[in-house]
Amino acid sequence: MKGAQILVECLKREGIQVVFGIPGGANLPTFDALYGSPIQVILTVHEQGAAHMADGYARATGKVGVCLATSGPGATNLVTGIATASMDSIPLVAITGQVRTFMIGNDAFQEADTIGITRPITKHSYLVKDVKDLTRVMREAFYIASTGRPGPVLVDLPVDVTLSETEFVYPEDVNIRGYKPRPILEGQEPQIKRAAEAIAKSKRPVIYAGAGVIRSEASAELIEFARKTQIPVTTTLLGLGAFPESDPLSLGMLGMHGFEYTNYAVAQSDLLIAIGARFDDRVTGKADEFAKRATKIHIDVDPSSINKTVMVDIPIIGDVKQVLRKLNQLAQGPQIAEWLNVIQEMRRKYPLVYREKTKLLPQYVIQQISEVTEGNAIVATGVGQHQMWAAQFYRFNRPRSMITSGGLGTMGFGLPAAIGAQFGCPEAVVWDIDGDGSFQMTAQELATAAQHKLPIKVAIMNNQFHGMVRQWQDLFYQGRYAQSKVNPINFVKLAEAFGCVGIRVEKKTDVRPAIERAMTVSDRPTVIDFIVEESEDCWPMIAPGKPHFEMLGTFESLKQEGGIPQYRHVKPEEADLSLS
Amino acid sequence: MSEKHTISCLVENHFGVLARVSGLISARGFNIDSLTVSTTEDPTVSRMTIVVDADAQKLEQVKRQLGRLIDVIEVQELKEGEFIDRELLLARVRVNGNVLPELLKLATRFGAKLSDASDNSVVIEAAGDTKVLDALVEQLRPYGITKLVRTGRVALEK
Repeated sequence: MKGAQILVECLKREGIQVVFGIPGGANLPTFDALYGSPIQVILTVHEQGAAHMADGYARATGKVGVCLATSGPGATNLVTGIATASMDSIPLVAITGQVRTFMIGNDAFQEADTIGITRPITKHSYLVKDVKDLTRVMREAFYIASTGRPGPVLVDLPVDVTLSETEFVYPEDVNIRGYKPRPILEGQEPQIKRAAEAIAKSKRPVIYAGAGVIRSEASAELIEFARKTQIPVTTTLLGLGAFPESDPLSLGMLGMHGFEYTNYAVAQSDLLIAIGARFDDRVTGKADEFAKRATKIHIDVDPSSINKTVMVDIPIIGDVKQVLRKLNQLAQGPQIAEWLNVIQEMRRKYPLVYREKTKLLPQYVIQQISEVTEGNAIVATGVGQHQMWAAQFYRFNRPRSMITSGGLGTMGFGLPAAIGAQFGCPEAVVWDIDGDGSFQMTAQELATAAQHKLPIKVAIMNNQFHGMVRQWQDLFYQGRYAQSKVNPINFVKLAEAFGCVGIRVEKKTDVRPAIERAMTVSDRPTVIDFIVEESEDCWPMIAPGKPHFEMLGTFESLKQEGGIPQYRHVKPEEADLSLS
Repeated sequence: MSEKHTISCLVENHFGVLARVSGLISARGFNIDSLTVSTTEDPTVSRMTIVVDADAQKLEQVKRQLGRLIDVIEVQELKEGEFIDRELLLARVRVNGNVLPELLKLATRFGAKLSDASDNSVVIEAAGDTKVLDALVEQLRPYGITKLVRTGRVALEK
């Protein structure tokens, strides 16, 4: 069997149904072997789109995403997508073409040192020089990508290897002596006991849950843990959906643009239970001020996450799901009625806030999308203000419903990730909440979505700015808008040119009908161009380098400007109407 | 407090492994004093001895980050007093006037050898632990060291 056919056979054995990529000189044999195979091959417009689609597919389904690119520029175009997946621990296998083995190192046409370029942004990588290694490498690649702390694995395949023949022998087992994802819970029982003891005597505990809960499919265990102990739960940006925001224990997102009350709750906590979260700087603010009164429990599958930025007291290294199961057996609910009252009071006292302006507000648009979809859509985003507003104003209730680039903060992620998510979940309603800056970075992938008649919905919060940059320029650069103004684009025409439905919305009364119309379009993408207020800022905000309880744009400061409170974790009847 | 630590790693004897290890160390901003690689009794395995300058938290990070590399089989910190370490030093020293006998005596004291002697210089070859070699270098300095090379530390636990 030829190398390329072996590759396809391996993909079939791994259960791969769809791959994303672009053919070129060095991967023609691979595409030829895929042609006519049962695997669906999605041609993207740009390789970055292929990587983000594979990533979005993986985030939405939990399966490994696969992207393909040719050598040289094809491979380098994947780089942003691979780095995005790496920072957020997404299982991805990237298969790149490479020049013939004897040409490697000669600066051949379309040659790049792909392994060298991607080394720091992959969990592992392989250059396959002998076709006899191919089945083992593919088996290992999928194993490494999807186990332990997941991540991207790159397989670089010289074109002559894909053309060489050998017998197809599929290894049943994987045995990598340097990679043994830790046997579940081995040696961790004493730590889990200590954690249970700390929980039982805590007075002001908070659970801080991250993407690890979603990666290990531990949402049910987290919900059980929180409800059993009655400990309130905040999630990171990537953890949104791991705990339903409709639950009275939900505190929503913490961190730089987290809720004011949530950051206060964490600051006041005496026990912080970090679950599958990594104390990212966008969460902690000034690291040594972060929850500094709290004893810290840290559950993580990756030992290198422990004590990396914040020192913890009770580390538990292991799969989040398994640890939570054990903890659910041991943990006793602490006496915290008083603490829950304090939190409830803070929720009422420090709600999100915005002031009506003449132009449409992006927060309002996102609230409407959340209402129309009843929080059941898969929401992908770009990066910037709109991403933070989506995190604040969309009500996430299910794991894998928020698809966003957290660690790398990759603008242009939203549209291709939404496409990948829709391929993975054909029945789901998929929205890309995007900004005009972010959207334009990968807007060409509308062609991919239109070709496959994907009913994705793109909501552009069009403020004709790189809004977050503009906000920082206002805050820290005396309002000098150095290259943050974005040229106005007619997105309706752009959408129509790609064969999509285009809608322009300028008035508040048109928001809901436009969203509802998009929901009825089932045979093509819909792009809604929401012309929103240019100068709207994203609040609250922890300024860089500041402690996490010192926020700008607090409720107190904004209500004086006529801000209207927007309650997110308080039932309407409990809202403090005297504040508005 | 920052101090020197010796880490011994067993790694796969593949191409590219050194690049993975050195790339990780530089990308994570760790200070590295020396790094040696060589084969072991098992031809498929190499041993890397890495000396890093780090405080306790940073050292823990180095070890854990190294452990994440798929090609790294084992990471072990060698604790002071629990290992034997050696490095090899070659130093070319000026021979001005009649200092050769003095140098010879000095070399003998350090168990070093003199080789490649010419009219005006000699190469001193010494093996020993880092502290001994540091002392030798200090004693050779007054004579005028024109070139110096050290292999970096190799170590085995006792």
